Amino acid sequence: MNALKKLFGGNTRQFGMIFALVALIVFFQIFTEGRTLTPGNVINLFNGNSYILILAIGMVLVIIAGHIDLSVGSVAAFVGVSVALAIRDWGIPWYMGVLFGLVLGAVIGAWQGFWTAYVGIPAFIVTLAGMLLFRGFNQFVGKSNTIPVPSDFQYLGSGYLPEIGPNTGFNNLTLLLGILAAAFVVIMSLRARATNKALGADVPELWVEVTKLVLICGAILYATYLFATGRPGTSFPIPGLILAVLVLIYGFIADKTVLGRHVYAVGGNRHAAELSGVQSKKVNFMVMLNMSVLAGLAGMIFVGRSTASGPFDGVGWELDAIAAVFIGGAAVTGGVGTVIGSIVGGLVMAVLNNGLQLLGVGADLTQIIKGLVLLAAVAFDVYNKIQGKRSITGLLMKNFQRNNDIKPDETTSTKEVISKEA
Amino acid sequence: MTTLDTQDEPILLEMRSITKEFPGVKALSNVSLRVKAGEIHAICGENGAGKSTLMKVLSGVYPHGSYTGDIVYMAETQQFKDIRASEAAGIVIIHQELALIPELSIMENIFLGNEPTKWGVIDWAEARKRSVELLARVGLREDPDTPIKEIGVGKQQLVEIAKALNKSVRLLILDEPTAALNESDSQHLLDLILGLKGKGITSIIISHKLNEIEQIADEITIIRDGKSIETLNVKRDGVDEDRIIKGMVGRTLESRFPDHEPKIGEVFFEVKDWTVGHPQIQDRLICKGSNFYVRRGEIVGFAGLMGAGRTELARSLFGHSYGRYIKGQVYKDGKPVNLRSVRAAIDAGLGYVTEDRKSLGLNLLDDIKTTTVAANLRAISKYTVVDDRKEFSVAEEYRKSLRTKTPSVEEGVAKLSGGNQQKVVLAKWMFTDPDLLILDEPTRGIDVGAKYEIYGIIQRLANQGKGVIVISSELPELLGLSDRIYTIFEGAITGVLDKNEASQESLMKLMTSARKTA
Repeated sequence: MNALKKLFGGNTRQFGMIFALVALIVFFQIFTEGRTLTPGNVINLFNGNSYILILAIGMVLVIIAGHIDLSVGSVAAFVGVSVALAIRDWGIPWYMGVLFGLVLGAVIGAWQGFWTAYVGIPAFIVTLAGMLLFRGFNQFVGKSNTIPVPSDFQYLGSGYLPEIGPNTGFNNLTLLLGILAAAFVVIMSLRARATNKALGADVPELWVEVTKLVLICGAILYATYLFATGRPGTSFPIPGLILAVLVLIYGFIADKTVLGRHVYAVGGNRHAAELSGVQSKKVNFMVMLNMSVLAGLAGMIFVGRSTASGPFDGVGWELDAIAAVFIGGAAVTGGVGTVIGSIVGGLVMAVLNNGLQLLGVGADLTQIIKGLVLLAAVAFDVYNKIQGKRSITGLLMKNFQRNNDIKPDETTSTKEVISKEA
Repeated sequence: MTTLDTQDEPILLEMRSITKEFPGVKALSNVSLRVKAGEIHAICGENGAGKSTLMKVLSGVYPHGSYTGDIVYMAETQQFKDIRASEAAGIVIIHQELALIPELSIMENIFLGNEPTKWGVIDWAEARKRSVELLARVGLREDPDTPIKEIGVGKQQLVEIAKALNKSVRLLILDEPTAALNESDSQHLLDLILGLKGKGITSIIISHKLNEIEQIADEITIIRDGKSIETLNVKRDGVDEDRIIKGMVGRTLESRFPDHEPKIGEVFFEVKDWTVGHPQIQDRLICKGSNFYVRRGEIVGFAGLMGAGRTELARSLFGHSYGRYIKGQVYKDGKPVNLRSVRAAIDAGLGYVTEDRKSLGLNLLDDIKTTTVAANLRAISKYTVVDDRKEFSVAEEYRKSLRTKTPSVEEGVAKLSGGNQQKVVLAKWMFTDPDLLILDEPTRGIDVGAKYEIYGIIQRLANQGKGVIVISSELPELLGLSDRIYTIFEGAITGVLDKNEASQESLMKLMTSARKTA
């Protein structure tokens, strides 16, 4: 149990979410009479949600640093329409279009980062303004029209791994990818185990490790099987591939790099971070900038998938991304969250959406259910904290009391002053 | 019950053998306090002596049942269960940090929680009439509609008293009322308290400013180490500052310090004319042209009462992380250095361990190993990628050398005791390998055993040739640890004493008065 927990960030809510995800999949698989885990549906699910999951990667970093970004949907739409126009009117090739989109995203992110980090306006306000601003820009430059993109650009949003090599009945590249992924997981966890052992740190028992690896590899290979056996012409989707690469990169940045450490430090206790020499303004700036770059990428993938850019692209995406992050175990107060957790959170929402659709549940009821799931996921966590079991808040409270105990002559805390007023 | 007192004035309040325990600590033991009706009664004691705890017991912050002993007030035994209960009985406490809402007007603040109503609607006409009267009583000439944030601290203090008067106060408790005030505001406040005394309001005043106490108090109760030591009658006993200090510090120095043979080298760190303004208030200075130096291998103490500007001095030096830099220069090894950011200060070889471990020193979400390396990630990373193995082994090394008690360095810092948390923070700064380490209240909230260990660590650092600055409210700690001690009063350095010429009395004198000799 601990090993699994560790893998997914050691957070009760994230751990619970993995199980919730599995349970949801099983539930829908049974009640849709097997229509959930079919190659077509799984491919669809990834195609239709990859852009939200990409947003969730950026959003989790923003939220860990203690901010929020409400503008991602509008930024995605603005970048999408700008790239579509650039390709149509300037005749630039698709890859130059992608580069242009990423640079535009970075410029927008620098704008929002400047106001948030250096002027000190709360990100909520900056990005609320950005939400209006870039939605307006989208409709202004696109004249509220639909602007089609060429087919090579569409590959970005709706392409698949090509068929190469001998005819095995599977898509060979997908198969190769799946096997590589499984091997990667095995090697990484064995290496981590060896390292920890060498250092004398806690190592989970062998059978736990093996069970864990068997389960994970089984899931990966089963998914591979589904992706590789879709109807001819389909296989592992390109947006899914982009997503996987991003998860690896950002997971690494968050966990292993100095910058990642600084993001957690600023979100956990900004003052302590600053007094340790962390330049919190720079960190906040980078986080906001990165979010808009990823929003731009998501916008381009969506345009590629829907073959054209429109005036209402990306409406409501920010809320889906934020929901994914919180379901995935991040804390509203910052300092807590993981990339992989947010992806799981996003998948929970995606599977729910997809399954309810397959069951023929209307959009109205689907929204109600999604709202309740979000509330329940966070309420579960808050409840755990109130119970004071292995929760951060509980520990803080406990410590606060102990602290009082040791220095009884401390000056009055605000709480007492407030209770006096009340 | 009636009192057996033989003196002329009746007893308004008697606290009898109050004992208040926190797990592991006896904050008050058998404290007694007698306050006569219509007098001004001062409570004196060092930081941590138990003054505020006693007042919290009295005002119901610590409810009846959480302490032992009796509170007899107006000839009846009281069992206050919260602050409202004590206020209903006419006991109002004014805290050092004012409980006013900056955005609301003077009038709204006076009546907050106590609004005059007519048919359930606030009667603003009545409120205005009464606030004009109250403001006249406290001698504050301001429009009742002025927002609190637009008047100075001195005037805010008067609004607090007006608020108390509105609650028909009988016993007014003032906790460090003049700590944040300038000379003339303090004088006005003291005159007001004397005026209230003339109108039959009894006051208890807690203050570090002994000259003020000498000036206005009728009686003084001295508390030391959670025990009431003595009650002095100012007029009858002819009490002066020296007498109060003697009562406050009269404890013997136990051998609570590891043996240490200082190896002091040449001066390597020097601060000249360091002047810093208050971060918000325009013309207030928090450091007034401070000059000091530190030698290699030397432990330099900084003594000063709470609010004297010790922490402000340290933080303004450490990367200008507090206040507005006005002028002054720092020299290291004879060369001027610029400490404009925390990063620059760390690079210049400074480290600062804050007094406020929880809110400024630690990210309580982190584990021990992450915290240990947090200020020097460069040393364990290559191309900005953190090396987990190095991180773990560094943390493990410090865990062993500082003897941090924890099952593993992967334990969250929030789970550790105060002493072990402090060791982790020390490890964090030791890992940056500073030449000068500034320790602000390094043993605050730490039990005796851990204190001894921390002292040992500090001495080891000095023996390695580093300079160490120790800021502490506990004079015995400074005397036991330091090779030289500077005293600070109201933002200015008022003196420096060598280890062998310093005593609690001589320090306290310099800490409570403006510079007498240069």
